[in-house]
This record gives sequence, structure tokens and C-alpha cells, in this order.
Amino acid sequence: MVMKPTDTSNPDYFHKVVDCQWACPAHTPVPNYIRLIAQGRYSDAYMVNRASNVFPGILGRVCDRPCEPACRRTRVEEKPVAICRLKRVAADHRYDIQDRLPKKPAQTNGKKIALIGAGPASFTVANDLAPLGYECTIFEKLDKPGGLMRSNIPAFRLPESVLMEELGYILDMGVELKLGTPVESMSALLKEGYDAVFVGTGAPKGKDLGLPGRQESDDNIHIGIDWLESVAFDHTDKIGEKVLIIGVGNTAMDCCRTSLRLGAKSVKVMARKPRAFFKASEWELEDAEEENVDIIVNHSPKAFVHENGKLTGMLFELMEYDVDAGGKITDQRVVGEEVIPCDDVILAIGQENAFPWIEADAGIEFDKWDVPLVDKTTFESTRKGVFFGGDSAFGPLNIIWAVEHGHQAAISIHNHCRGVPLTDRLPDGIKLSSAKMGMAEWRYSNAFDDSPRRQMQHVELVDRFMKLDTEVELGFSPEQIATEVQRCLNCDVHTVFDPPLCEECDACIDVCPVECLTITPNAETEGELRAALTASDDSVDQDLYVSAPLPLTGRVMIKDENICLHCGLCAERCPTSAWDMKEGVIEIAHAADQRELSEA
Amino acid sequence: MTSFVKPKIRRTNEPLNELGLARADYEGSMSTLCAGCGHDSVTAAIVRAFYELSIPPHRALKISGIGCSSKTTSYFMNDSHGANTVHGRMPSFATGALSANNDLATIGISGDGDSLSIGLGQMAHAMRRNVNMLYMLENNGVYGLTKGQFSASADLGSLPKKGDPNEFSPIDPVAFALSVGATFVARSFSGDRKQLVSLIKAGLKHKGFAMIDVISPCVSFNDHKGSTKSYAHTYEFYSKAVHADYIAPSQEIVAAYDEGEVMPVELHDGGYIQLRKIDADYDPTDRGAAFSRVMASDSANEILTGLLYIDESQPDLHETQNMEALPLNEIPYAELNPGAEALSALQAEFR
Repeated sequence: MVMKPTDTSNPDYFHKVVDCQWACPAHTPVPNYIRLIAQGRYSDAYMVNRASNVFPGILGRVCDRPCEPACRRTRVEEKPVAICRLKRVAADHRYDIQDRLPKKPAQTNGKKIALIGAGPASFTVANDLAPLGYECTIFEKLDKPGGLMRSNIPAFRLPESVLMEELGYILDMGVELKLGTPVESMSALLKEGYDAVFVGTGAPKGKDLGLPGRQESDDNIHIGIDWLESVAFDHTDKIGEKVLIIGVGNTAMDCCRTSLRLGAKSVKVMARKPRAFFKASEWELEDAEEENVDIIVNHSPKAFVHENGKLTGMLFELMEYDVDAGGKITDQRVVGEEVIPCDDVILAIGQENAFPWIEADAGIEFDKWDVPLVDKTTFESTRKGVFFGGDSAFGPLNIIWAVEHGHQAAISIHNHCRGVPLTDRLPDGIKLSSAKMGMAEWRYSNAFDDSPRRQMQHVELVDRFMKLDTEVELGFSPEQIATEVQRCLNCDVHTVFDPPLCEECDACIDVCPVECLTITPNAETEGELRAALTASDDSVDQDLYVSAPLPLTGRVMIKDENICLHCGLCAERCPTSAWDMKEGVIEIAHAADQRELSEA
Repeated sequence: MTSFVKPKIRRTNEPLNELGLARADYEGSMSTLCAGCGHDSVTAAIVRAFYELSIPPHRALKISGIGCSSKTTSYFMNDSHGANTVHGRMPSFATGALSANNDLATIGISGDGDSLSIGLGQMAHAMRRNVNMLYMLENNGVYGLTKGQFSASADLGSLPKKGDPNEFSPIDPVAFALSVGATFVARSFSGDRKQLVSLIKAGLKHKGFAMIDVISPCVSFNDHKGSTKSYAHTYEFYSKAVHADYIAPSQEIVAAYDEGEVMPVELHDGGYIQLRKIDADYDPTDRGAAFSRVMASDSANEILTGLLYIDESQPDLHETQNMEALPLNEIPYAELNPGAEALSALQAEFR
């Protein structure tokens, strides 16, 4: 039995080729919006973004960018396309797009939805459901909306005006926001007659560190996320000169940079393990180090040191690790101790879910770590009509995951309210259309541009510390935008092969700059075919395309999707148009699209 | 957007040859031939052969005459010496260049038009003098640059794209080469990359005149039904007689010597050409046998390919003529040009 031809009609086949879109939890069509930016169509680029990720202005600044490590560009050079920064470009340069947003419907459908917690998950659910006529009410315990986007992300990374503008778009769709209204009892809320309840309360409980001296020096020990919230709401405006941050996640980065703005002179981030094990994103570490934060590795906290009821320092064990070839720690030992003096310690060692307001008899089950049991497709809890999303569902993730949870929960709520099974969900589709405009003319810029990644300009150090809310990143200049957009390889313009047209002239194979094509006799396993590749990449992240037998010799065309750069030269040199470049639009259904399913 | 420029991209883990060069370093300018032209495949095979042999591009000479095939010298090894010469006159140019410097890896690119009509006499004499070069005859049966008139290699009865069938007997470059004393005669097909690369490597290492007749279809003017030089026709009637692998002096011959099937031919550089005979009765070192086998396959409409004849024992032109082994540009100037007095003395001898 030889290998069967690859089924390219499954939308996932081409979707997977678009590495950035596949990696994005909300599947934002990245190359598509980058092309729109290249054409100066910033508003269109913003709207394409908004359809997937709802908050382009916010995410263009603070997204965790799972797309960038996945970017195909990293196969030929070190740095990916600055996808996240280009998203901000679309947001910064758009015109007023309010007339393109869904309006508040003239009539509601009478269904009431309670959304608990005014963070990205609840706002996404409201964004998807309010235009369909649902009466959405968001309950928020604080007196400003945004959830962690406001309380945990400092304003120097995400200005309040950007946050409020994008939340405002959703509130304008007729969503009711009840601020300063904590939900204190789930059972009570359930009796109020809502058709569905969505819990988007995040993971609000920062982890503590119960070491000797913790109680005695409590005044100068802060829980990271609580402290950030207290700064965001102007309850805290100063900190000691010497500050230690425990932990090296992204929260730790926000804590150390915020400390510098509140008067700290020396800030050290203390890590238990070497740099390769840090949880913080590389770019957040770079931004912190640019502000002269010291990141100190191999220090494991042992005790808080205090004198006369006041914190004076912290005792650390000096660690040594054995790391194997695969980068795993195989052994560790303590090689000494060190006291590092400090005035304040901020603990940024993780956060977890907490639902003190959900009664045990509310019908919502939790696992042994107090994480609710939530269906991974429908986001429904063990109680019908109660849904979870964002960090509250499966523990801390990030904003873009919260958005995707919101989209999926909205589909479920829509189905729930119409009596349609929650699992009746529209599958993804793909629409392919030829990008050919004429002889060697394509409606995308197929020439490979070898420019390196553009560097984001930052506000000068002295200026940025003067005010807590001075945004550090300045955004791309027009020249930077023009270059950065050309770095995108347009992975969504796919190489599509039509075997009956091929006459095996080898033109495509010869012209391919990365040698990703081969014509070879078919084999029994993918491994054998991979061995026949002219240029083979060890990585098997991507599929191997295997064509139907070619008409003249019965051999097959194989293509390693992993190294293709979508330059279109194969299609340009093909005499019979057996290769074509086709733009693929992945059709991803949201709640509004589900309507068609029930009517069909 | 039109690009039509093949970008130079270095992949991670890209293999490099002994000189530390990647295959792409042996490429040239972007081809302006028709998309799908067989010549582009031949160019790609040449690139791979030079890359695999680790020949420094600046130690290679590429020359051609006029025609579609002759354009292709621009499309490989940008860093080599080269010239487009007069129609059909490439062999003379090569003879001169090699007389001055016999150290260069020399490849001449020609076509059936350039070689078999205007250049037939030139090619014949380069063959009989055993000039030390590889001569690629990219054979598509038509004059592509002038819109597809039949060339001298078009088969009797082959149909043109428009008009009447060919009425003249073809010149078979392989039979012709055998008859005038070429010492390395091969045939291949642009669609058989593996065989072609092996033959080019063997031909470059052969000391003397090596000719490879490559069926290289013209997609624009000779790739239709009724053509005997189309991709479809060639794939259908293609037949392999002898496979030839070049084995460098540093490598060992892996396959055991098995009389009748595998046969090593020792080369001047100490390496070998290892012949693997698909047709066991065929002896590619016997010129008479080769000639009759080629003629038989011609009448059977079979496209016989592989290294069809090899004779490593003949001296090349340089040796026959007792020419200076050192390239002229390496001889000290005073020795190369002894001056007016020496010239006068020489002339006086003839007075």
C-alpha cells in the first residue's frame, strides 16, 4: 500500500500551514490583515482583527503573542514578523469605525444573560450575544471595568484610553455594566431568572510564600497581583528603595517595572532556576532589563529577614543544577546561602482560581485543586446553563485565550437559549480563490524581502519614570510599517497543486528557492517519502503534501510544508498552471453565524 | 506583484559542500526562458553537479554559441569565467581557451540548432581532436528562439505545432559523435535529474571530449501530440542502458565488481567512473558494439540513455600537441614574452 494523496479539502490542512493563525487561540487571520495594512487600509485591518480577537488595540500592546514564536519567518531568520506591533498599527491608524460595528438591536429577544467579572472573557461573550438581541448584564466588584487588563497590566503598557475605547464599543451595543456590584452568592443569582450565567472572574488569588518571618514582616511583603491592582486604583503610590521581586513570570516583570515608577532605586528579580526556565516572555524580560532591573538566577527563597518587626532582607539558598542535553534538570543541590537586603518584597509566583461565592450546593462541581469542571468545547460547567471562560475556567492563561473562550461560550449560550444541543457547532470552512492576476502577476507581494525585524522605539528612560502612566512603546513609524509588512511571507496564499495538469518538466522544483518540492516514486510510509526530499527539515511540525499519481510517469509530487516560503515562484514557472497560488480564507464560526445552522 | 527573481535564502541546516558552499551559491541569474523549458532542468542539474564535485566556481569556464540553450550559461555559476560566442563557433573558442589554460573545468552549452547545422563542422573537429571539455547538447528538435522551425535533429515524420511533418532524415548526435571519435558519449533527458547529474559529473571528470545529448523538450513549440521530442513522448520511449557514477579518488568503490553488470573505468585523476549496466550484454567500452546498439535503438524508436561509450585511453588535444601544462597566466611574464630581441633571433632562423 502506497501513501494516499493528501486530503487538502479538510480546512485544517491549509489552516495549519498559516502557522501564526493556527497558533492564535482566536485564529486571527494575520497575513490577511498585514496585507491590508500594507495597502494603507488600517480600518479594514482593524475590523478583520476585531472579528477574531475583539480587542485589537489592547492586544496590539499586551498580547502574549503565541503567533510570533510560530511565525514561518523564523525558519529562515532568527526573528519573526512583529505581528503584535502591526496589530497596534491597525488600531493606531484606523479611522472612526463605530458605524461599522453592530448596533444595539431595536428589540431584544427577551433572553437575559448574567456575566460575572468585567474582563476580556465576559466582554467577548457580550460582544457576540448583544447584537443578536440578548440582554447582557456584566457584574463587576471593582468600580472600573477591564478585569486584569486594568488591575494587573500597568498603564505604561496599556493606556486607560485604549482600554476604555474598546470596552466602550461593546457597551454601546446595549450591554449593561454594573460596577461595584460583586456577586456574593451564586445560588442567589441563579434565582434571579437569568437564562444563562457566564463566569469570567479570572484567577484572582495570588500565591503566598509561607516562609519563616512571613507574619512578622507582613507590612513590607506584597502579593504581586493584589499590589498591582492597588497601584492601578491609586491606593498605593510608593515603595521602598530596595525591592525584591520573587518569581520570573510576566506578572513579575510588571511588578519590577511598576516599582521603578513608584520610587524604587534598586529592583532585583529573584529566580530559582536559570534563564532557560523563566516563565516570562522574552520581550518582557528585555523591556525590564532595558530599565536596569537586575535578574538574578539560581536563588531559592528560604526566609524573610526582619529586625524589630521590619523587613530588612531575604535569605536565599544558592542553587546549582545539572541540565541534560534536552534541557531538563536532572539534579539540583544547595551550594550556599546569601542574605540580600531589601525594603520590600513582592511575590509574583503564580495565581489561582478562587470561588468563595459559589456555594457547594449550587450544582457546580470542582476538582481537587478547586478548578471547576468545565467542558473544553462547550465551556459549560456541571450545571446546565452556567458557563465558565477565561482564567476562571482552566486557570491562568492570557487575554487572547479568554477571548476565544468567550467566543465559544457565546456559541454555547446561543444554542442553550434556543434549545439547540450545545455540540451543534458549525465546523470551520475554507474558501480558496486564485491570487493570479496575469503572467507572473499576483495579488500579493510575493517577492522575498530580507529586511530584519524593525525595532520598536521606546520613550527615553528618564521620561518614562516621571509618570506612572506614560506609555513606553511609541508605535511604529511609517518607514517601519512599510518595511515590517513586507517581512510577512503571506502564508495564507497557498500553493495548490492540480496533478492531472502536471507534465513533470521539473520547472517548479528547479525554481524553488528552498527546494521544498520533489517528484519521486510513491512509497509506503511518510518516512520513506521524507527521505526522498531534496531538502529535508528535521522538524515534522508541518505535514508532507503527497499528490495523486502524476499522469506521465505515475510518480508523485511531494512538498514539505515546513520550509515553503509562499513566494509563488513554482506557480510562476509552471507552464500548465498545475501549481496555483490561492488565497485561503479560513471561515471560523462565531455565535452570529450559528443562526444559519438552526435555520438550515 | 511580479517578482521573477529567485531570492537567495539560506535555510537552517542547509547542506554545504567541501568548500563550504551551498547549492544556491552555484546558481546564476533568473532564467528568462519559457516556464517549463527543459533547459532550465539541465541548468539545475549542472548546478547540482558542480556543487557536488565541490568545483570552485572561479576555476570553471562556461561557454556557448547562440540559441535558447546557449542563453543558459547565464543561469548558473555567476562567479565563473564565460562567454557567449558566435553561432556554432563555441568549440573553436573552447579549443583556444583550453590551449591557454587546460586547468579549468570547462563546460560548453549548445543546442541541436547550434551544433547540428551551422556548428556541425566545429563540433566534429573538437571531437576528433579530443578537446578536454564537457559538451552539453540540449536537444529539442526545433529552433525555439525563431518560433519553432524544425532543426536537424527532428525525427522523420515528427509533426510541427502548425504545418507539414518533417521530411528530412535526422542527425543523431550520439551516432555522429561515435563516428568522429568522441571519447565520452552519453544521452540523457532533462526529466531524469538523477541520471543527468551523474553523467555531468562523470563528463567533467573525463579527460578529453565528453558529449551529453540531452533531450530537453521545448514547451512552447515542440511539446504537442505528434512531436517526438515532447515530455510525454520522451517519458514513454525512455530507456536506460548504462548508469554512470563518478567515484572520487578519496572514495572507495562500494559495490563489488560483478562481471557484466558493474564495471569501473579508471580516470586520470585517480577516481573512477562506475558503470552500472541495466542492459547486461552491452559493453560501453566497445565502440563498434555501441554504434550498432545505438543504431538498433534508433530504428526501434527507443530513446537509449546513459553513458553509451567511454574510452579513457586517448590523449587529449593538449597532450597530443605537447602544449604547456602550466596555464599561460601562471608562466612568468619574462618567460612568456622574451622580448623583441628574442623575436628577431627567432625570425632570423627562418631567413
